[in-house]
Amino acid sequence: MSSLETPERTRVFPVIGLEVHAQLQTRSKMFCPCPVTVGDEANAATCPICLAFPGTLPVLNREAVTLAMRLALATGSEIHRDSRFSRKNYFYPDLPKGYQITQYDRPIATGGGIEIDTPGGSRTIRLTRIHLEEDAGKSLHDTPFADVPSTVSLVDWNRAGVPLCEIVSEPEVRTAEEAASYLTELRRLLRFIGVSDADMEKGNLRCDANVSVRLSEDEPFGTRVEIKNLNSIRFVAKAIEHEIERQAESLRRGERIVLETRLWDEKSSRTVPMRGKEEAQDYRYFPEPDLGALRIDDAWMSEAAATMPELPRARRARLLAAGVPASDAETLTSARELADYFEQTAALASTRLAANWVTGEVLRWMKERRISAEDALSFPVSPARLAGLLRMLEAGEISAASGKEVLAAMIDSPAEAAALVTEKGLGRISDAGELDRVASEIVASSPGQVALYRSGKTATFGWFVGQVMKRTGGRADPSSVREAITRALETDNG
Amino acid sequence: MDRPAEAEPTGVLETAAAVAGGARSAVQVLTEALERVEAGDGRVRAFLEVTSALAFEEAKSVDARVAAGERLPLAGVPIAVKDNLWIEGRRATCASRILQGFRPSEDATAVARLRRAGAVFVGRTNMDEFAMGSSTENSSVQTTSNPWDLTRIPGGSSGGSAAAVSARFVPAAIGSDTGGSIRQPAACCGVVGFKPTYGRVSRFGLVAFASSLDQVGPLTRNVRDAARVYSVIAGEDPRDSTSSPEPVGDPEGASGRGFAGKTVGFLAEAEVEGLDPDVARNLGDLKKAFRAAGATVTTVSVPRATAAIAIYYVVASAEASSNLARFDGVRYGPRAEASDLLSLYVETRTSGFGAEVKRRILLGTFALSAGYHEAYYERAMSARQLLSEDFDRAFSRVDALVCPSIPTPAFRLGEKTEDPLSMYLSDVFTVPASLAGLPAITLPSGLSREGLPLGVQILAPRLAEEALFAAAGALEREIAFPQELPPGMA
Repeated sequence: MSSLETPERTRVFPVIGLEVHAQLQTRSKMFCPCPVTVGDEANAATCPICLAFPGTLPVLNREAVTLAMRLALATGSEIHRDSRFSRKNYFYPDLPKGYQITQYDRPIATGGGIEIDTPGGSRTIRLTRIHLEEDAGKSLHDTPFADVPSTVSLVDWNRAGVPLCEIVSEPEVRTAEEAASYLTELRRLLRFIGVSDADMEKGNLRCDANVSVRLSEDEPFGTRVEIKNLNSIRFVAKAIEHEIERQAESLRRGERIVLETRLWDEKSSRTVPMRGKEEAQDYRYFPEPDLGALRIDDAWMSEAAATMPELPRARRARLLAAGVPASDAETLTSARELADYFEQTAALASTRLAANWVTGEVLRWMKERRISAEDALSFPVSPARLAGLLRMLEAGEISAASGKEVLAAMIDSPAEAAALVTEKGLGRISDAGELDRVASEIVASSPGQVALYRSGKTATFGWFVGQVMKRTGGRADPSSVREAITRALETDNG
Repeated sequence: MDRPAEAEPTGVLETAAAVAGGARSAVQVLTEALERVEAGDGRVRAFLEVTSALAFEEAKSVDARVAAGERLPLAGVPIAVKDNLWIEGRRATCASRILQGFRPSEDATAVARLRRAGAVFVGRTNMDEFAMGSSTENSSVQTTSNPWDLTRIPGGSSGGSAAAVSARFVPAAIGSDTGGSIRQPAACCGVVGFKPTYGRVSRFGLVAFASSLDQVGPLTRNVRDAARVYSVIAGEDPRDSTSSPEPVGDPEGASGRGFAGKTVGFLAEAEVEGLDPDVARNLGDLKKAFRAAGATVTTVSVPRATAAIAIYYVVASAEASSNLARFDGVRYGPRAEASDLLSLYVETRTSGFGAEVKRRILLGTFALSAGYHEAYYERAMSARQLLSEDFDRAFSRVDALVCPSIPTPAFRLGEKTEDPLSMYLSDVFTVPASLAGLPAITLPSGLSREGLPLGVQILAPRLAEEALFAAAGALEREIAFPQELPPGMA
């Protein structure tokens, strides 16, 4: 088990649990038909139901449940056939009903885990539970509008009612790095199985961390502090590190840790108190009477299982077995669509070349065109067309340099690689007569270099090769070029 | 044919048949109804708003649909609707200040089904604020009188709907029933009131009081009319997840089927010492009436029925405290002037809600609070489950259960406004069916010595509306309840 070595050589043993909220990738909100949209005009995606007009009732979005089930299957969590929703009651303007519909005493899934890589090898962080709930709206206290005075708060309810699933880990994370690794793995998984786009910048993946420290592993858990406002994996790691150190300092000074919620303040790089738990709200949970029990029958279970894609780790292993280098396999499985793109290409061309080109040139172009790995399948060069190009490379019909040029052209043209090679005259110069002609011309026009060569400076040979390659636009096969130069130098009488 | 407006108005079935058959037009029927309201509602004050212009448009549309050959089960039937249901184009305020000016954008599902069936909406009826009360005196707008005696309460919370039917303004009205809010006022006003099985009628467009108890239902002058209106509004609704997918069947046909050979059980817990002598005497008459209808009469016990009021005021208030949290002045309704968020909430809700609503919000909030949750809310929910099981056992022995609808005839206006507990006890006979989600109907069963209506309640197993209407129809035929205009309207 890892620990933190403090300057005073007092080891502390951190105990970390993570609560992650992931926005589910559904078309509509959790309990109404409003679309789930991003960056729309404020309050454009609202209706009487998500604005809690009196007389409206929630109707559960089945798709959200199926996605949560998919996540549960992917993490080996137990799906409960009979779960239910409860009301979490509190007043805030961004919470239209005055309560949040969430799962409380009977979540949809419990148990399971996320496998992470640590310096000491892979380890599973167990999950406490996965549950469904709705998001609240967004309050704007510093209005961005010139005509609205700063004393006025505005509310945007576009997010109100957006489906979320909360993933709660057991307090088994031991270091900030492990926390980062857990989040990276979870984010990859959520994206891979199409449950969430897990974009932390957009707030579609949010993480709260519960941190406590103790002076020995035999001690009971210390008082835990919850850290909020962690909107990137890097911040999560930094905040946890600082919090561990802060708590360690306190313990060293003989102080007691206060049960509280702290916010990560990026500017000052430290956690600051938000509210104490003694002011904790009484949420008055009770079962939501507007929704019946959430019963999952066999058909629904099979449906969720049937739409379950192969998991990243399994896929990585399969790619490794097919001969893909480890680092490429890691890159290719960062998104399901990218892995699909690769496999569709590899099915029609050499696996090695496909791995090399997809992780290299293709990803470079995608980045340039701002196409995310999740959108790999919308890259303008389809796997079939890319495979056509790779086959020409493999057969030696074009050079690697030409291949890059052809790929660039393919992005803007629907033509096949072969047609573009012909059109651009990029085919390999395999005609010995043509190479002999070019080589003779160069030898004839470079008496100085020839003299050097003849005087024993055989390194000059490389200069001739370079000249020929330059003149032929890199289309010539290097060994053919060498042969042609040898012939030209032999026949040169100068 | 033209009929004079003062003629005895007809019921739902007769009106629908006359309009559907072309004997009368919906416009004519509406005109007469509006004349009766105009002449009598100054005394009764059943309506919060009469929407004549919209109603005439609806009546004209019904006439056009009839002319086009549409078969409409409620062709031209004027209907009054409780102020907690959405009617497109009208306000829906729950007789509360906090919903002043609230105008829904569409019909409630039940209202939409009535509209499709050819009903015409005369106006919005008075009620206890947010349906919390048993006398309609908790309305923030006005007090409604009982057409039988204008100094008495019409019952509540659907007092306006009950009075409108009792006064013969309309042949049918729609109410909502959470702990007796259809049945208790119907009994007080001498009309039929029916609360369907929980889940039979969609709650979409009904402003929630207690979600696990609220049901929409009809108030009419006879059992068959109630069955007709009920079969129009009942049935599954994808917009209400608690609505039942079970087929509605033919309650109207069942109401004429008779009840011979069946067994009715009179609720043992109702016949206790201290029962009102008029009510006690009436129960004796009703046993004879059931026997005359060919039924076997027995007594059954539902032991936890005696705990029903206690259970109800915890469960219903808990749900209400949460359901009414949305009235915060942020999105709709009046908003109090305030300089910070907390005072915005406090001021808006303090001035927007009446005393009884505040009492129930506090009760419910308390019952759900940490430290009390188990002792109150959870205990009440367990007791509710046990009560349901008591009913299951009772229904294994009888086809229908009978008890009074109200413990006494309608009391005087103002008599119990200072004593919430005695007001709560007005619902002692109606609350058990609500907690168990059972269908229950009240019909006028006689008069007290003072000449006030008494009501009998029949309960059936969940979803057994057909059996319920069979029993109610058979009993109705054995009871000679006076059909003339109530004394207060004469």
